Amino acid sequence: MRYIDKTVVGLSIAFLVLLFADFFMAEWVRFIGLQSLARGAVALGLLVLWRTGLVSFGHALYFGFGAYAAAMLTLVGYHDAFFLVFAGTLAAGVLAFLLGFLLRRYRAIFFALLNMAFSMILYGVIVKTEALGSTDGFSVLTPTFLGYAPKGEAVQTTLFIFTLVFTYIVTVGVHLYLKTTLGGMSMAVRENEIRVEYLGYSAEKVIHVKYVFSGLVAGFGGAIMALAIGQVDPDSMANWTVSGEFVFITILSGIGNVGATYIGALVFELIRTYAFEYAPLFWQFILGGSLLAIIMFLPDGIWSLFGRLRRSDSSESSSNSNKAPSP
Amino acid sequence: MKTFEKAGRATLLATGLAAAMGLSTGIANAAESVIMAVPTFLTGAGAPAFGVPARNGAEVIIEAINKGTLPAPYDKSGKGLAGRQIQALIYDESGGGVKQVAEFRNKVQKQGVDLFVGYISSGTCAAITPVAEELKMLTIFPICGTPRIFEEIDKTPKYVFRTMGHATADGVAEALYVKANLPDVKGYTGINQNYAWGQDSWRDFDLAMKQLMPSVPVSDKTQWPKIFSGQYGAEISALMLSKEPLVHSSLWGGDLEAFIFQGSARGLFRKKQLLFSVADTSVYRLGKKAPAGAILGARGPYGIFAANIDTPLNNWFRKVYQDRYSVPPVGGSYQAAQGVLAAKFAYDKAAAANGGKFPSKDQVIAALEGSTFQGIAAPVHMNRSNGHQAATKHMIGVLQWDKEAGGPIMTKVTEFGPDCVMPPPGVNGTEWLKGGMKGAKC
Amino acid sequence: MQELIVILVDGLVFSSYLFMVSVGLTVIFGVMKILNVTHGAFYAFGAYMSATLIGAYYNTELPEFGGFLAIFAAAIIVGVFFGIVLERGLLRFLYHRDEHIIVLATFAMFLVLEDVLLMIWGTDPYYAYEPMALLGAVDIVELTFDVYSLTLIGLAVIVALGLWLGLTKTKWGKLLLAVIFDREISQAMGINVTVVFTVTFVVGSIMGALGGAYIAPTISVSPGIGVEVIILSFAVVVIGGMGSIPGAIIGALLVGISRAAAVHKFPEIELFVIYAIMALVLAIRPEGLFAPPQARKI
Repeated sequence: MRYIDKTVVGLSIAFLVLLFADFFMAEWVRFIGLQSLARGAVALGLLVLWRTGLVSFGHALYFGFGAYAAAMLTLVGYHDAFFLVFAGTLAAGVLAFLLGFLLRRYRAIFFALLNMAFSMILYGVIVKTEALGSTDGFSVLTPTFLGYAPKGEAVQTTLFIFTLVFTYIVTVGVHLYLKTTLGGMSMAVRENEIRVEYLGYSAEKVIHVKYVFSGLVAGFGGAIMALAIGQVDPDSMANWTVSGEFVFITILSGIGNVGATYIGALVFELIRTYAFEYAPLFWQFILGGSLLAIIMFLPDGIWSLFGRLRRSDSSESSSNSNKAPSP
Repeated sequence: MKTFEKAGRATLLATGLAAAMGLSTGIANAAESVIMAVPTFLTGAGAPAFGVPARNGAEVIIEAINKGTLPAPYDKSGKGLAGRQIQALIYDESGGGVKQVAEFRNKVQKQGVDLFVGYISSGTCAAITPVAEELKMLTIFPICGTPRIFEEIDKTPKYVFRTMGHATADGVAEALYVKANLPDVKGYTGINQNYAWGQDSWRDFDLAMKQLMPSVPVSDKTQWPKIFSGQYGAEISALMLSKEPLVHSSLWGGDLEAFIFQGSARGLFRKKQLLFSVADTSVYRLGKKAPAGAILGARGPYGIFAANIDTPLNNWFRKVYQDRYSVPPVGGSYQAAQGVLAAKFAYDKAAAANGGKFPSKDQVIAALEGSTFQGIAAPVHMNRSNGHQAATKHMIGVLQWDKEAGGPIMTKVTEFGPDCVMPPPGVNGTEWLKGGMKGAKC
Repeated sequence: MQELIVILVDGLVFSSYLFMVSVGLTVIFGVMKILNVTHGAFYAFGAYMSATLIGAYYNTELPEFGGFLAIFAAAIIVGVFFGIVLERGLLRFLYHRDEHIIVLATFAMFLVLEDVLLMIWGTDPYYAYEPMALLGAVDIVELTFDVYSLTLIGLAVIVALGLWLGLTKTKWGKLLLAVIFDREISQAMGINVTVVFTVTFVVGSIMGALGGAYIAPTISVSPGIGVEVIILSFAVVVIGGMGSIPGAIIGALLVGISRAAAVHKFPEIELFVIYAIMALVLAIRPEGLFAPPQARKI
């Protein structure tokens, strides 16, 4: 029997369902969906990094850089969504490539903190720059799509399809990549770097590649978010608390499956929205409490719920659970 | 079989989540009411200085509107907004621009809000403006300061209004006051928080001073502490060592109070003349600790500047507020109240023009555009930016402590007319300042 | 010349503030290898509790200088309570997990505690300036400084000395040092690492709370003061070496004096100074300037 990849099928079905639903969704549902796709993409990058044994507390750097790059281009007259998102993604990718040379040498908490330091430097630069609006940020004009210029609700509908298509391609791509040798090397690097070196591969190069990838998707997420919200400002995009949210989503999702990050992002956004609506003074309490609950009771993230329901099958959930080697 | 199990599970989850989102209900719209969303800072550093006073001010007015107990000139137009009760949805403005835009959409699309009266932070106002226009939602900004709202972001506003003068007026009024009261001042410097509000405040004051008092030197070492730093030891030392006697500061909230404590302990306020843009928010709370002799403003004729206005509306407002919240109303309280009164004025006027029937949104907008209505402390002229931006008089004075009354009072108060401190219609704030403030009528 | 001395004094005061605020964080990381984001909440709780106790104290007729006791009492109450509750109640279930998860858990605890703070004390600011007013002011090179800020230097010195003596000269201190150096072998040698962890976390919490408690008289204790402190203490600890108390001292001095110099000479870059130093140190010597050597496991 030919091997059919379950994840790819699952993702494809989800893609078609969401594509169809886009035309019937309530606006606020679509808006949440759009944010989930953007954040989920960033978390996907973090997932790839986590499989390599690294966590970054500073990915708001690339998210914010991509968002601001796209936003600044609209200031000089570029409106096309394809161009803007491409530019934002590329800009973040280039930055990740450059910084990667430095960062690929560090591990554990130092990697996390060095990323955070750079993200705070970007934050400081933006706040200091009056021309970029400092903490007020500035507005991003409505995008066009290869000449098609939608108005009103159609903007969000079109942007949703746009985002959906690209995240689908990227996610399926990542999934297939992770099954190749180079992709699988992440886990090898995580488990024992020295042996990887003895086997002839450069652990640092592997990390660099994954890092650039994570920068690219984070920039993609940022550019999308800038277009969806219509506004960029440093507190929502480059602050360390934003990085914290991305890590929160990654943990929430678990690294069992590439599709998990989108569901994690959605759940996160829902928790936050409802906490805000029903407990306007104590939403932080609820958010923190949920995170703690998930850390304590769902150590492998939401995806592990699927794993548990099906004991028989897939090796994915159990082998990918992230337990540090015991001291 | 297993293939489809997993796919099926994924779809099931997606559907379940969609249902969960659909479950969240809008607010049950009580028969014939107007749902007014009031976003303001309920948590975080902005709460004690602006957010909570604003909420309190809005609550007082909303309740009075619903009960029909507003004094003149609002006593003849009946209860509610054009007869309908206000259902107020007061919620937290913190969390950043992105979060607030999402909340705005939520409130409009899920909870069926009719109008927004709120937002304090300039960044949030900037983010909300295009969305409000897109969703065609009547939005009244009672507080945020940045001139960019109608100068850059939304040059042809239809649904967005601001019922308070913007920040350019602060800088101009301050410089005019200095010119009149400290004509021989030998130089000025500043200590402002290093973010949009602080940067803008300094820039406006500096530009105005360069126009009005060009021979007065400005320090090249103005201080820019990080917002929420709270520790100003080094900055205070630097200020005391500098030669300029006048110090401009737009510090607010906890930072302002910390600066005052630390500065007082070191005699800063005896050595330098301080000019605080927006210290009125802390004056009552600080009591005797507030530095006597400091020049201060309240971004308009609000808070402590309105203490002696003897009109039924002001007397009533101050009494109700003080009785309920044990403190006098400050700037934010007046400004939020002014925003709600704008709504009352517009709805009632539109209904009157409509033969008494409940007006449509467009009618309300037409009623508010270009009008003049009575705020609690002063009349509000909606005559800038195609009738969407307000201009009011501005007041600056010197703070002193009144032993007999046992409270702070403003002395040497100068009043500036709206056309003296706000740029004329159609002119950008910064351009106006750089161009010599042509057309100002003082 | 006058300016140099002023920069030095300002720098020492700010460094002492940074040290007081960071030493708790570095102690906890050194022993438990946990980056404790909740540290910001300890600071905030210490400040609020101190303000409340000072307020209550000065309403009585007791001698004025006793107000300082209120500060230390606040720090100890907050530190002991939260130290025990959080470590025993939450953290100990997470020791076997990935270190990043533990950091995230402390971040979650921070969010929760921020709202607990709001529930207990509300949004109003609290003032507690009596101790600062009590000590008056003094002139150094013709510039007036408040004595209270100068005592901060004294406090930092006492705390640093106390910790150093405690760690190197007492039995408990040596146990802690052993656990910092190698947890496994210490356990094998019979040291009760569980108790050591609890004690360390409590000590770290008290230090964090003390930072807030002592600063409370100089500021307006209002919502949000815990957030800024987190980044600040992270930076100092990372620069000095995580887990090293001499490192925290040097890190605090480096950042404090650089910042004071920036404020006097180039105020516009003040915002960056700390992050720039942090990035520089991380790029050149990522363990920090004074970190204990780490063995690499093959």
